[in-house]
Amino acid sequence: MTRQAESRTGPGPARAGRHGRRPGKTGSPYPYALYLPAAVVYLLIFLVPTVMAFYFALTRWTLFDSTFVGLDNFRDFLAEQNLRVGFQNTLFYAVVTSGLKVVLGLGLGVLLTSRMRLRGFLRAVVFFPVLVSTVAVGITFSALLRPDTGLVNKALAVVGISGPDWLGDATTALLSVALVDVWKGVGLATVIYIAGILSIPQQYYHAVAVDGGTAWHRFRHVTLPLSWPATYSVIILSFIGGLRSFDLIWTMTRGGPGFTSDVIASIIYKQYQAGFFGLSTAGNVLLFLVVTALVVPLNYFLGKRQVAP
Amino acid sequence: MKSSPPMLKTAAAVLAIAVLASCGTSGDDEPAAGGSVTLSFLTGSDQSTVDTSKALADAFMKANPDIKIEIENQPGGSEGDNIIKTRLSTGEMSDVFWYNSGSLLQALNPTQTMVDLTGDPVLADVQPDYLPVVSQGGKAFGVPATTLAGGGILYNRKVYERLGLQVPKTWDEFMANNEKIKAANITPVITTFKDTWTSQLFVLSDFYNVQAAAPTFAADYTAGKAKFATTPAAIGGFQHLADVHAKDYVNKGFGSAVLDQGLKMLIEGTGAHYPMLTTLLPAQLATYPQTATDVGFFGLPGDDAAKHGATVWEPAALYIAKTTEHLDAAKKFLAFVASPAGTDAVTAAVRPSGPYRIKGSKLPEDALQVAKDLQVYIDQSATAPALEFLSPIKGPSLEQITVAVGSGLTPPAEGAAQYDQDVEKQAKQLGLAGW
Repeated sequence: MTRQAESRTGPGPARAGRHGRRPGKTGSPYPYALYLPAAVVYLLIFLVPTVMAFYFALTRWTLFDSTFVGLDNFRDFLAEQNLRVGFQNTLFYAVVTSGLKVVLGLGLGVLLTSRMRLRGFLRAVVFFPVLVSTVAVGITFSALLRPDTGLVNKALAVVGISGPDWLGDATTALLSVALVDVWKGVGLATVIYIAGILSIPQQYYHAVAVDGGTAWHRFRHVTLPLSWPATYSVIILSFIGGLRSFDLIWTMTRGGPGFTSDVIASIIYKQYQAGFFGLSTAGNVLLFLVVTALVVPLNYFLGKRQVAP
Repeated sequence: MKSSPPMLKTAAAVLAIAVLASCGTSGDDEPAAGGSVTLSFLTGSDQSTVDTSKALADAFMKANPDIKIEIENQPGGSEGDNIIKTRLSTGEMSDVFWYNSGSLLQALNPTQTMVDLTGDPVLADVQPDYLPVVSQGGKAFGVPATTLAGGGILYNRKVYERLGLQVPKTWDEFMANNEKIKAANITPVITTFKDTWTSQLFVLSDFYNVQAAAPTFAADYTAGKAKFATTPAAIGGFQHLADVHAKDYVNKGFGSAVLDQGLKMLIEGTGAHYPMLTTLLPAQLATYPQTATDVGFFGLPGDDAAKHGATVWEPAALYIAKTTEHLDAAKKFLAFVASPAGTDAVTAAVRPSGPYRIKGSKLPEDALQVAKDLQVYIDQSATAPALEFLSPIKGPSLEQITVAVGSGLTPPAEGAAQYDQDVEKQAKQLGLAGW
């Protein structure tokens, strides 16, 4: 659902609408028949299931049959006892990961656009975690974060700190997963910042130099304000990513211990696993609406800001 | 772009092969009379299930050279449930498959998807007590594929011997033992909450005690009249979890520990008690031969020493999918599984961790100690099947709730109330009367 929401509201289609039409040309340059395969695929794989989901959210269905129950599923879903925790965790996770990705991405972006040795190599190193499968990252970090045999706690023990049970302790579980998410995603944020910083015209830096500005002035008054477009991209990408985060949390904690690191997506998934198909469909419909309600205005707002400079 | 035509060809070839291969496995090779038949057999992927399935299939093929059995494995847990449900509803199920008995079976809707075996000679050797757990609407669908399991406390007998401890008959005695074990620097109660399902055993295996105190609990609970939170005996399991955590009897890093670590601790004696099922032990024999003698079993202690007993888990079963094209061969296989010859074949491959549910099958001399301990309870008729075999409702979130209670995050009474809500959701989904 969330992925669908993204593809509807993401920047891709909107831009095509704005720039795709050539002035003075009417009609498509290709015969309509050529659109047919794509249209059929889109209809069957996207539109039909979406419409069906809205109907099945109103039923109690198994794989064998369904009974219409009206809005019962929505009532039951909203009465879910850990839903509040789930919403709080989802928001916490989205804010923490996107915030840290902005700060660290900007720092690394500035560092990796400066003149330094091994710049190409370091850029590759920073970007590398993005290429690794999320599940692989989750499994690896679960092993690294083990309380007794994990590398992290062994390293801490060397300097005399007795590390906690990162993923098994309710107070640290969600934060640990969020930090791993940042480790994995900061490479993408860095690349966006590198592109943003490199697109800042050199004249501005020259102007600061002429005025006798220091490195701090260059950063504060040129790099930071003029890389706002990159900041917006990073915020929206990682915020949406955080809202629909599931794979890393599921691999590392399965929402546990207890319900302490449950997010909306994992609550819905557990309902599906339990065979409550109608209930989980209702949850997905709600998630779809919530993500749309958050992302459409955000996208509109950021889109306007991006065109301005 | 130059590379795309060969790539396309390769892709097309791969696709063609995949299509051909999938045609080949769909069972089109219907034999002429007297020819050979190939049965597909879907089973689990944990070690003892795999070994048992293989032993059964091999012995059967030896006795029936004209029938070939191909074993497929599927992951366990909820993931496996989804695969089974999907395959059954799309008509893609193997001829014969291995699945739980009891409440989980009800969710598969057996009357619509499986072959009814009621009154069939296939069931001739199955103990009649077993049939209710593989039945829906009075019709029986499966045969027991393995042995009965005990659910309760697995304990290290060497530790007990060394510290001079007695097997506890009440919860207070159990806690007193824990205190002595802790003083000897051994983990009293092994806790492995990373594998969340292992956290449920304190609650689930307490059912013998619940039934002893409230004999109609299972029926009332199914009808929506009895609740965990309002039945004092039923809160007991949640209370036990909280007690053990509050007294700090659990191992360090219990939140990240997994089942295999727990079993290792138990067998090596770095932990004394492990609330667990006996079925998990045979797979450990290859690495730790001492499992057979060093690990013992006792039922979860309750309040009254005179009413001490054990909760048992009925064996999983083999079922025939309604879509099978080899019904006769499949029935022949199930009849073999449910016969002393079948259980002998299993015994030869997997040392039994509990008694069989087949008439005329006996525990061998070298059965695991836990099986012998369990047999004592059975001989005294001091057993009760777990609640999931008496009632179709088992709330799906129990394992998260028990982790929360056992980690001190949720008070036991609140955990029991949460579980009641979870159960209510399940009952509504099943469309049961009275909810």
